[in-house]
Amino acid sequence: MSLLLDALRQAGALLIGGDGEVWAVLWLSLRVSGTATLVALGLGIPAGVALALGRFWGRNLIVSAVNTGMGLPPVVVGLFVSLALWRSGPLGFMEILYTPAAIIVAQAVIASPIVTGITLAAVQNVPAKFRLQLLALGASRPQMIRIVLREARLPMLAAVMAGFGGIISEIGASMMVGGNIKGHTRTLTTAMVLETSKGNFDVALALAIVLLVLVFLVNWALTSVQQRGSAGR
Amino acid sequence: MTGNDQARSVLELVGVRVQYGGTVAVEVDRLEVLEGEILVVIGPNGSGKSSLLRTMGLLEPPATGAIRFKGQPVDPRGVLTARRQMASVFQDPLLIDATVFKNAALGLGFRRMRRADLAPRVRPWLDRLGIGHLAERRARTLSGGEAQRTALARALVLRPALLLLDEPFAALDQPTRETLIVELGRILRHDRITTVMVTHDRGEAMSLGDRVAVLMAGRIQQVDQAARLFRSPVSEEVARFVGVETIVDGEVIAAEDGLATLNAGGQRVEVAAAARPGDRVRLCLRPEDVSLAIREEVAASSSRNHLTGTITDLLAQGAHVRVTVDCGFPLMALVTRRSVEDLRLAPGSSVVAAFKATAAHVLPRA
Repeated sequence: MSLLLDALRQAGALLIGGDGEVWAVLWLSLRVSGTATLVALGLGIPAGVALALGRFWGRNLIVSAVNTGMGLPPVVVGLFVSLALWRSGPLGFMEILYTPAAIIVAQAVIASPIVTGITLAAVQNVPAKFRLQLLALGASRPQMIRIVLREARLPMLAAVMAGFGGIISEIGASMMVGGNIKGHTRTLTTAMVLETSKGNFDVALALAIVLLVLVFLVNWALTSVQQRGSAGR
Repeated sequence: MTGNDQARSVLELVGVRVQYGGTVAVEVDRLEVLEGEILVVIGPNGSGKSSLLRTMGLLEPPATGAIRFKGQPVDPRGVLTARRQMASVFQDPLLIDATVFKNAALGLGFRRMRRADLAPRVRPWLDRLGIGHLAERRARTLSGGEAQRTALARALVLRPALLLLDEPFAALDQPTRETLIVELGRILRHDRITTVMVTHDRGEAMSLGDRVAVLMAGRIQQVDQAARLFRSPVSEEVARFVGVETIVDGEVIAAEDGLATLNAGGQRVEVAAAARPGDRVRLCLRPEDVSLAIREEVAASSSRNHLTGTITDLLAQGAHVRVTVDCGFPLMALVTRRSVEDLRLAPGSSVVAAFKATAAHVLPRA
């Protein structure tokens, strides 16, 4: 018990004291996971819309694959992205293994099915007759999709939260493709594993608190937007 | 429709068939919507009304057939352009989660109207529909009637060349519905907005329709001026659907000057119709055209037909009572609650049922 209290006290000191390394790690995590979330939104929203509104051969197969992908284990993604980015691998020429870019790739792979799946559900949840009404008012197909996404903005925000929340706290892929290189690819989670294994519980706890606060802040911000959209004007 | 000049056709369906899988939902040989008219399509649930309206609104391509909009055939590339000259209102208001104003301006946005031009265009319509004071309210806080008014404003601001209404009053409560029908009718007639409305409610068809089409099992049975259609249905099926309740077999025993005398169930009935003695016919009578009296002398003297019978059944329906009189055949009459009380009508009472020769209608019978 005293170990925990000690660790907590020291963690507080580290945070308040403004330990440079903690903040560097935080900043990298934010940048990497934020970028990966944006990439996942860019891929997942169009894919989700296409799957929700399209009727094409193989659609059910893809939907099943997306649903499976929503629970993709990060280590598995880490393994495949490592293989792809390996010097002799198909994308080896890019030479980005063990760089933040590699982590972005891996995390985007993890988050894309999540965004796709939630978008798919959100768009399907908007009744078909609502879409028909928009077309009947003279909407082109892109205009119709824009309004449908706007109507589904609450579940769409859930997609952003779920995507970001999933990858900021992910460890397997970051470790495998990033390599936990100090000052280069060390993220909140990989640093936490390292510090815990070294017995530096205070640092690990400080990082854990930072991670929790970060995830909370992001969700809080998005929830506020969501609630402003639903209540009052 | 003024003078002799031919009203222009806004929409024309020729040989249109809509089908789902192998099932034919609607099959229309020819149907035309004329400029400035209100065409009401009535039919029972599942008769294909909504499919027909979606096809007319270019929201669903027909399996076969041609659609002409403003005299021009609609080709696949021109669908959006043509559709942007139309507007639809459905049973559910289907509003977006925004203010009433933004909802009403939605279609203008699709047409890329400048933001500054929106208010002058939208505000007057909100006022005309009695929702001007709700402009800044969020749509989800509206009552059913207010929401449907918003949906109507959203369609009318587009000044559509063709307005399509799919059971727009079906989800509203009675008083709201009645008020809105009157107000909408006034707007449509004042602005001469070409309109097609589908409904299962013949009351709505009677109050709004210039012309009425009856759709049953996917086929148009009759299209006519509203008054004529309700007076002279072409078949027993249509007659029943448009509210004829007494349908009885008879035979023409005498005919002169457009007045035919029938023998129907042993009663002599005079009908204003061209017929020849010996014709086998079917007599059609609407219950609201029949009045009841206790004695012959007090029965409406302007009515040619006075049939004596016995009441077999009374069924209260709102402010009215539906009375079945056995006078050789079951005759249906719709009378006020008040007259049931005044005349002390009860099962077993003897009454005189009176109706005009012009109120009755005859159908040929094989």
